[in-house]
Amino acid sequence: MEFFRIRKDIDFMKHAMVFNIISLLVFLLSVFFLITRGLHLGVEFTGGTVMELSYGHTADVNAVRATVEKIGLGDATVQNFGSSDNALIRLPVRPDVTGAQLSEKVMEALRAEDPSVELLRVDFVGSQVGKELVENGAIALLLVSAGIVLYLWLRFEWKFGLAAIIANLHDVIIILGFFAFFQWEFSVPVLAAVLAVLGYSVNESVIVFDRIRENVRKMRKATLHEVINSAITRTMSRTIITHGSTQMMVTSILLFGGDALFYFALALTIGILFGIYSSVLVASPLLIYLRVTREDLIKPERPKQEAVV
Amino acid sequence: MNRYPLWLYLLIGVIVLGGALFALPNLFGESPAVQISAARPSAKIDDALRARAEDALKQAGVALEASFVDESSVKVRFADTDTQLKAKDVIERALGEDYTVALNLISNSPRWLAAIGAKPMYLGLDLRGGVHFLLQVDMKGAITKSLDSAAAGIRSTLRGEDEARTSGISREGQQIVVRFRQSGNRDKAQAIIESNFPDLVLRAEERSGEYLLSGALRPAAEKRIQEFAIQQNLTTLRNRVNELGVAEPIVQQAGADRIVVQLPGVQNTADAKRILGRTATLEVRMVDEERNDPASLQAAMQGQVPFGSELLYERGGQPIMLKRQVVLTGDRISDAQPGFDNQTGEPAVHITLDGTGARIFQQLTRENVGKRMAMVLVEKGKGEVVTAPVIRQEIGGGRVQISGRMTTTEAREVALLLRAGALAAPMEIVEERTVGPSLGAENIRRGFHATWIGFAALSLFIIVYYSLFGVVSVIALAVNLMLLVALLSMLQATLTLPGIAAIALTLGMAIDANVLINERVREELRGGTTPQAAIHAGYERAWATILDSNITTLIAGIALFMFGTGPVRGFAVVHCLGILTSMFSAVLVSRAIVNLTFGGRRKLDRLPIGNVDWSKRAPRPA
Repeated sequence: MEFFRIRKDIDFMKHAMVFNIISLLVFLLSVFFLITRGLHLGVEFTGGTVMELSYGHTADVNAVRATVEKIGLGDATVQNFGSSDNALIRLPVRPDVTGAQLSEKVMEALRAEDPSVELLRVDFVGSQVGKELVENGAIALLLVSAGIVLYLWLRFEWKFGLAAIIANLHDVIIILGFFAFFQWEFSVPVLAAVLAVLGYSVNESVIVFDRIRENVRKMRKATLHEVINSAITRTMSRTIITHGSTQMMVTSILLFGGDALFYFALALTIGILFGIYSSVLVASPLLIYLRVTREDLIKPERPKQEAVV
Repeated sequence: MNRYPLWLYLLIGVIVLGGALFALPNLFGESPAVQISAARPSAKIDDALRARAEDALKQAGVALEASFVDESSVKVRFADTDTQLKAKDVIERALGEDYTVALNLISNSPRWLAAIGAKPMYLGLDLRGGVHFLLQVDMKGAITKSLDSAAAGIRSTLRGEDEARTSGISREGQQIVVRFRQSGNRDKAQAIIESNFPDLVLRAEERSGEYLLSGALRPAAEKRIQEFAIQQNLTTLRNRVNELGVAEPIVQQAGADRIVVQLPGVQNTADAKRILGRTATLEVRMVDEERNDPASLQAAMQGQVPFGSELLYERGGQPIMLKRQVVLTGDRISDAQPGFDNQTGEPAVHITLDGTGARIFQQLTRENVGKRMAMVLVEKGKGEVVTAPVIRQEIGGGRVQISGRMTTTEAREVALLLRAGALAAPMEIVEERTVGPSLGAENIRRGFHATWIGFAALSLFIIVYYSLFGVVSVIALAVNLMLLVALLSMLQATLTLPGIAAIALTLGMAIDANVLINERVREELRGGTTPQAAIHAGYERAWATILDSNITTLIAGIALFMFGTGPVRGFAVVHCLGILTSMFSAVLVSRAIVNLTFGGRRKLDRLPIGNVDWSKRAPRPA
């Protein structure tokens, strides 16, 4: 089987401007939604209590809400979760009661109303712990970005590191933008997915960059424009197959992994789709804008390394 | 010719077989079990105990699958969790207070596997169900508490010194303030305090005609107290958790002032929270006899409490005035047992004091015959007078009994709390995660379901696309999965639900290496290279790129590990290990298979790697 039989290089760079405008537009929209709507942060970040309940029969969300209101917790949100038998209660942090007591109070009241209720899960996070998690998340994101730039700088040249990280941070912002627009819950596993995407989609840039360097050596007379076109065309088959394979796994998690992993898989899906696009069609034009020259790539002291694909 | 040296084939073979061996226990699964361990050092763990448990189960008609004795416990295995729960109650009733009976899961794998140290993966709380608590230790509370006890110490040291007579000792915020009427007394007291309490920095001052001595803790002492506080709290929590009867509990320090408690398999979380969160300690104080008339009590209830006294309530609700000074605290208790009063038959708690405690108590009772003494149970900063008996005679030997308006259950709980020790500093639960056992099982099922379906779909696609080379890639991927599981089992790293997702994701990413290799081999073939040379070039040249792409992924994985907590750390561990195993299996294992299959053939016209022939009209000479 063979998907791609491309014998002539496709002129991707001719449309560079179009790609960049699309990118910029999606990026700005994402930033806009991040500012106006903000992320719907999970309880791990904001602090508070989440309780997942299961009734043996269809859960009456309104009755649950009424019970919770009756014990003076009017600021709780109650909704169905997963199946119609399950209900999810979210309670904000309260200064007067510790979270541990809170969930018990709620369970007591609910049990009095309907003894068939079963507690599946409680997550309580204090506001201090939540704040620390936000800080740690931000530090992790910065550290990953810095580590990747540094690695690409050593491996190629600083312009490549910069181009790759701009392209991939743009992915991150777009994932966040999606989460802000749809108000999907941004939980700790989603953060893990975002960081994994960052590491993963840089691969893509590395492979294209590897090929660009190889082509610069081989195609002495070609312009940078042509060199990049050829590199993208030649690596396209591998790009699609690899990402397709990864996406198969991610789709499987998305469909069969259950509620706990749904948003994790969703973040990966967006990340993989935009990762292909950005590392190929955003990172490479950036190289042109950054004015990468032949001399940047051909350094005599560097041991010869050839790219694959 | 593509051949590996013999030693490399052998090495790969040994690693793959070893991986298979250590991954094996995971296939057998786990059964619900009941674990019986000694609650007291005197309680013996032996075959006789096992027989007792089995007899009790037989009488109650509960079927067991197997039972055995190991170093520290007797374990009994059951067919399902319902039987397990029933059995726990039966055994608990039969064995009494000397043993702790806990629910557990034990591996079904054969003995010889356990003998070589092969265990199944260690499942996190989100998969097996249980409770996770993060407790914050109130360090300020620890300092205040130690200042309070220093103030009590100064009081008793200065009591006998006439030349250092004070007019009052109190704690104000983070300082102890000692008041004097004369400056001479103060100077004398300063010398005494300085030599007896080296942890305090003293400062002399004058305020509205009074001579004051204020003492604060030295920074080094503060640090020591805080470290001690967390150690003491850890010990106390461990004792309490042991009382709860949980198999494999985790009680660990996390950071400078936090403690993690994990109780796998705990179903009644309310109980766990109550026992862990309770901060009960006992205080022995004298009743303020002069101020216990109705008028004084009435005044005190309206807020006018005389200096040096405190108004507390008895269990029945009657107010009683006590001296503020604490004579004896719960730290001096070495054991507490529930029981009954010899004379009245009322439920009671029998307390044994340690040497110092016994001496203090003897002195106290000798000096105060005929007066009333109050036993105050302090819970969450609130004191309650359990009993306030009149001292009839001197009590020696450190045996004390408290009784009064207690039920048997209450007596048992009070004894438990007193025995489990006092906390050095108050603690607060700042994070709680509870996962019910049914949700845990559901999470496992879903996680593995997703992994297998994804793996099957991926394998099918790769085999169709790359034909025989695809089969090799899939074998390499399966080896990768096996090695990853083996590594996780060997390290006993905690597998969480995000960890299972990481296994799936890592497999999806690991195929990249084989795609890179196969594409390169195809490209070499297209360029007219001979099959053997194409294999060689494909593998050799792909290596640099594979390394590159894995390093960037590894950077992200390590950062996640450093800053992630709980389940995310589980994700990071699997992710990083998976990258390492994938480099081994995708490159070495697949190459070994390819070498063994094609490497020795002299006449190899074409490779079964899918279609590489683009120009059908002008076939290249092979």
